[in-house]
Amino acid sequence: MIPEIGHFALIIAFCLAIILATVPAWGAWRGNSVAMALAPSLSVGVLVFVAISFACLATAFMQDDFSVQLVASHSNSLLPPMYKFSAVWGNHEGSLLLWALILACWTAAVAVFSPQLPLLVLSRVLSVMGAIAIGFMAFSLFTSNPFARLLPGAPADGGDLNPLLQDPGLIIHPPLLYMGYVGFSVAFAFAIAALLGGRLDASWARWSRPWTNVAWGFLSLGIMLGSWWAYYELGWGGWWFWDPVENASFMPWLAGTALIHSLAATEKRGLFKSWTVLLAIFAFSLSLLGTFLVRSGVLTSVHAFATDPERGMFILVFLALVVGGSLTLYALRAPAVSSRVSFDWVSRESLLLCNNVVFLVATLTVLFGTLFPLIVDALGMGKVSVGPPYFNAVFVPLMALLVPVMGMGPVSRWKRDNLSRWRGELLIPTVVAVLCGVTLPLLHAPYNIWVALAVLLSSWLLLGLLKDFWQRLRNASSTASGLRRLTPSYCGMVIAHLGFAACVIGIVATSQYSVEQDLKMEPGDSQEVAGYEFRFIELAQVRGPNFVADEARFEVTQNGEWVANLNPQKRRYLASGSIMTEAAIDPGMFRDLFVAMGEPVGTSGAWAMRLHYKPMVRWMWLGAILMAVGAFAAAADKRYRRQRVSASASNEAALHGA
Amino acid sequence: MHPVRKQRLYLVLFITLFSSAAIGLVVYALSGNINLFYPPAEVVAGKAPVGQPIRVGGMVVEDSVQRSDDSLAIRFKLTDYEQSVAVVYVGILPDLFAEGQGAVASGVLNEEGELQATEILAKHDENYMPPEVIHALENSRYDHEGNAK
Repeated sequence: MIPEIGHFALIIAFCLAIILATVPAWGAWRGNSVAMALAPSLSVGVLVFVAISFACLATAFMQDDFSVQLVASHSNSLLPPMYKFSAVWGNHEGSLLLWALILACWTAAVAVFSPQLPLLVLSRVLSVMGAIAIGFMAFSLFTSNPFARLLPGAPADGGDLNPLLQDPGLIIHPPLLYMGYVGFSVAFAFAIAALLGGRLDASWARWSRPWTNVAWGFLSLGIMLGSWWAYYELGWGGWWFWDPVENASFMPWLAGTALIHSLAATEKRGLFKSWTVLLAIFAFSLSLLGTFLVRSGVLTSVHAFATDPERGMFILVFLALVVGGSLTLYALRAPAVSSRVSFDWVSRESLLLCNNVVFLVATLTVLFGTLFPLIVDALGMGKVSVGPPYFNAVFVPLMALLVPVMGMGPVSRWKRDNLSRWRGELLIPTVVAVLCGVTLPLLHAPYNIWVALAVLLSSWLLLGLLKDFWQRLRNASSTASGLRRLTPSYCGMVIAHLGFAACVIGIVATSQYSVEQDLKMEPGDSQEVAGYEFRFIELAQVRGPNFVADEARFEVTQNGEWVANLNPQKRRYLASGSIMTEAAIDPGMFRDLFVAMGEPVGTSGAWAMRLHYKPMVRWMWLGAILMAVGAFAAAADKRYRRQRVSASASNEAALHGA
Repeated sequence: MHPVRKQRLYLVLFITLFSSAAIGLVVYALSGNINLFYPPAEVVAGKAPVGQPIRVGGMVVEDSVQRSDDSLAIRFKLTDYEQSVAVVYVGILPDLFAEGQGAVASGVLNEEGELQATEILAKHDENYMPPEVIHALENSRYDHEGNAK
């Protein structure tokens, strides 16, 4: 009964979404304020029914209702309860329902937390989001119904969740990633609303900025968790593979990074207006493209589930409609919103422009590398794959170009600045950065030129921020009042840029200094890796809730002193019989030690083992967390929550303006 | 020239220069880093280049996996049931690698027609088959269990 309620609730939500997409939009067109006023309550209604639907599916999983096909094939009675819950989105149908749920959450959030928006704009934004919701719910209802039953013939027990997904990181990775993906739909909806209304001003940028920041923050966290999960569960110590699906989440992030910076210029100076709108469309289209790549299984990837061509076709058509429709609208209306503001070449605007060009080019090169195999295949020229060396070769130089500009950003001024002031401001940071770049890598022999370069760039970035920070405090009457005058959006920028610097150092140091050894080890053997002695003490058998495992007991010492005990496992899951490697990691701020078991070798009880020494690998995840914190802090700025001066007056003005 | 026009001209120049540099970089990076996929039948027929990175995919032949006693070296055969190719690999295999299952090996073909693999990809879950393996089997007269179609 419960799955049927869930299915029914999803149908009701679908109908409400249709009303939401049409009635308020019609009201906005005809100036009918009754129709427009329906939008917020309809948005909340969609959320309520999608949430009921999701809760029903979750209940079916928690209660082991194996008459539901999805539960039967992706869950098992032995599964620990938290994995039963995460199994809801550990499959195609359930993850689509999660997409719909998160979209409904964002829509309702815009409806509830936007008291300062004129009703006209609000109704347009919510209508656009309703239209997107129609697409996803139709996809769910017509091609991948999560509530389909297996009656008669329900199995006694389920087929189990893929063991790779039985992990705490995977409980939160998909929801966070979707929060980011779907969050860009808000920026998209604001852009479309601006094009429809033909009005794009500083207040528009002020409305859409916090939403974009929050979405970008969630996406950063989602990508970071994915990388961390790959590191300890999947990747044998690798943390980024340029896998098509990783790229699918990374491209919206890159476009989103360009978007939050161009929004800054649009809000402060009324610049790059039509460009900002285009970026918003682009970022959301890339999110949809990502969904298509993941869900259609056209590319070989870890994330590809068993596929069905009909589903791929559906998303492709939906993608074509959204991209085609919004670009057509853009072509028709962009001249109405474009701006003519001039700025000097030596100014913060041109630095932001550099940011945008670099990020856009980075997005396009990643997009090209990801789609290249598809293009070649479609042309019948064979099956190719584009490997990580391609991505590293194009991506790394682009980021290296970016950092010098980033370091100048905070000290630069809007509109018109002069080179001699920049020289004065940046002389000390340059000298100190060069000193750091030359000396700090000496701490880790042998001297590595790439690490030196990374330290140089990151310290340049850091010093630029510090210089500006110090100047702000110095100009205030006292340190305390100076600190009080720092706005959350300024602090957010500083934190996020620091996060980027930490990321750069982490990525380069771990790529350059890592030591990796695959070798055959018997109990009693020991092996030295980067000054750490790994001793394989014994092999044991252990039993978990739904698996049995061989466990290797390792003791790690450094110069005779105990450092850690590491117990990697080779698990066999009982329900499916699948084999899983569970790595053991001793984490640290400056180094990780990593042991994973391969397979038994020979007859003497020896195993293939992988031993890793990974310096500073935590820095890049820490950096991603800082970026997300910075984005959230910036979104919390008071100026985004200022109430509208006179609600009715601005509504009137907006109506006449349209 | 009008200052706004002049600014726009510089902007266009800047973007053109920057994107041509980026395109150059892309083409350069792409030329060395793509690898083509070959089914075993084409490798045996001599259509795959020797000494260049390629990928070969198919089913792992039953009883073909041989492990070395004193190192992590491993030898096995990949087949599309038309022909089979020997693969040599040193390292740890993915968890879902097994005889009678689909796998893709990437590496370099040597003069003897053996693939010196640097990476082995296996399927990721029970129902999933790498698209390349499906492709290799489509062109074969047999299905993934080796029965004639």
